[in-house]
Amino acid sequence: MSLLKKSAVELVSLLRDGELTSADLTRAYLNQIEEHEGTIQAFLHVDREAALQQAEDLDRRRAAGENMGPLGGLPVAVKDLLCTRGVTTTCASRMLENFRPPYDATVIARLKAAGAVLIGRTNMDEFAMGGSCENSAFQTTKNPWDPERIPGGSSGGAAACVAAAMAPLSVGSDTGGSIRQPAALCGVTGLKPTYGRVSRYGLVAFASSLDQIGPLAATAEDVALLLEVLAGHDPLDSTSIDAPVPRYIETVRQPLEGLRVGLVTDHLAEQLDPDVEAAVREAVRVYESLGANVEEVSLPHSRYGIATYYVIAPSEASSNLARYDGAHYGYRTDESALQAELAAERAAAQSEQEEARLDTPLVRMYRKTRSEGFGAEVKRRIMLGTYALSSGYYDAYYLKALKVRRLIVEDYRAAFQKADVLLGPVTPSPAMPLGHFKDDPLGMYLTDLFTVGANLAGIAGISLPCGQSREGLPIGLHLQAPPLEEERLLRAAHMFQTATDWHRRRPDFVASED
Amino acid sequence: MSLSASDVEKVSLLARLLLTPQEIEALTSQLGQIVEYVDQLGEIDTEQVEPLAHAVELVNVWADDEVRPSLPRDEVLSGAPHRDEDSYLVPAVLGD
Repeated sequence: MSLLKKSAVELVSLLRDGELTSADLTRAYLNQIEEHEGTIQAFLHVDREAALQQAEDLDRRRAAGENMGPLGGLPVAVKDLLCTRGVTTTCASRMLENFRPPYDATVIARLKAAGAVLIGRTNMDEFAMGGSCENSAFQTTKNPWDPERIPGGSSGGAAACVAAAMAPLSVGSDTGGSIRQPAALCGVTGLKPTYGRVSRYGLVAFASSLDQIGPLAATAEDVALLLEVLAGHDPLDSTSIDAPVPRYIETVRQPLEGLRVGLVTDHLAEQLDPDVEAAVREAVRVYESLGANVEEVSLPHSRYGIATYYVIAPSEASSNLARYDGAHYGYRTDESALQAELAAERAAAQSEQEEARLDTPLVRMYRKTRSEGFGAEVKRRIMLGTYALSSGYYDAYYLKALKVRRLIVEDYRAAFQKADVLLGPVTPSPAMPLGHFKDDPLGMYLTDLFTVGANLAGIAGISLPCGQSREGLPIGLHLQAPPLEEERLLRAAHMFQTATDWHRRRPDFVASED
Repeated sequence: MSLSASDVEKVSLLARLLLTPQEIEALTSQLGQIVEYVDQLGEIDTEQVEPLAHAVELVNVWADDEVRPSLPRDEVLSGAPHRDEDSYLVPAVLGD
């Protein structure tokens, strides 16, 4: 077990020096998963034999003197929305329950080339829509700090498996906070890179102008290690940025001289849990003690972030998810039942006009397939997006939201004139009890208040542990930086982690094992 | 702007969803609530603001005009719920 408390950076160096085999390490994580997965349910799929096979292959390659790559035999968990050739990729949806992609996402190809052992597929909200994992069609992941509470979402499994020491590194995706929010609620470090920093090729799409893949791990150093593998230009994703990838792992330990920290006052004024506010204010003192200058800044349009996001994201989703048509791949409704249903409706029709209004068999096939294949939250967002884009409402909702999006970007530009990084809370409160937002979708949406801005503006953001509530639940600190300043963000986060030990805290069941 | 059940039903056809009466009832109230919340965007004066569709406003990205191998047809069709040798099969589009 003590092996599982080591950082990914330490483990890579043990593997490189031949003091540890990938097979032994992978087995240790698989045993940890086996022991605690019954409670945590972080994974949708773990293939023990396949993982050990990959590890043994890597060990053989190392024994033969080959370069194993920067991850050199380290297990990595991936969110179940990254297409992996021949491996079921469900997106936690009935729609894709049996979908086996015929190709690898660029991120998966990069992980393989870097010597990662793909240890398992993590649970999420269906199609990455949600903040609690409760929208998964298959299971609800529990928060390792308190299994009565949500792990956050949508990358809830990705964060929970790191907190439960089931994997040292984990890959998630973030459309409105889906890496940073679960990282905060599970007490781990998670980074949403700049839009375009990591290729989205092979990522099952939710909202294409907002989606971004990123790393989760225990520490900023470990996040730097994984980001360096994931980041880079990809000709297969025309929105990926063609800029060199810095050596994050080389620079992460260098403190930033004269760092200017902007405390986002708008994010402290909203209804914030007092424990969260106290932890964030304490983090400000930590940065001051490290020599940073802290100044208050304002993002005046951030209060409109949720309204803007919940027009744009569902609009893009309604368009992206139109591809699930029961014809090309994924679920399809039973056809004989469909024909029988239509025949009965034709027989019951009172007039030719009424009969003419009935769905054609093809349209009914689409409608039944999608209604049976999608869960409630996905349907809600498709409906919302379709409504916002429909004739007569497009200008009032979608176009209006795009204009406010520009104002939000301009707020950030102005704030970054005064500050190198922006600081605030990740979430309004620590992890909520399971079921808290069951009949209140808008209430759930409002918890994304502090994170959606970074997606709308395309900038980088990181969540790192900065305290605990009185009930002992983790609290996350949110740092944001301008586009392509991941290096600055990681260095600022590492500075904090040299002065605090919140990132070393583990849930009792992990801390007590040895 | 409030939403009626018939609005919701109309949108469900556009979205190619088939909703039960219970779903329509629940969505009418939930979507109504969300739309009402979103209406606060109307407070902001955006007369002089250009819409922003993408945070990174890219210039067009050209791909080289070269032939590259694509997936074999059989692999592309491997996920199809209903197929024959070389095509997807769907219910008849035109009348019988």
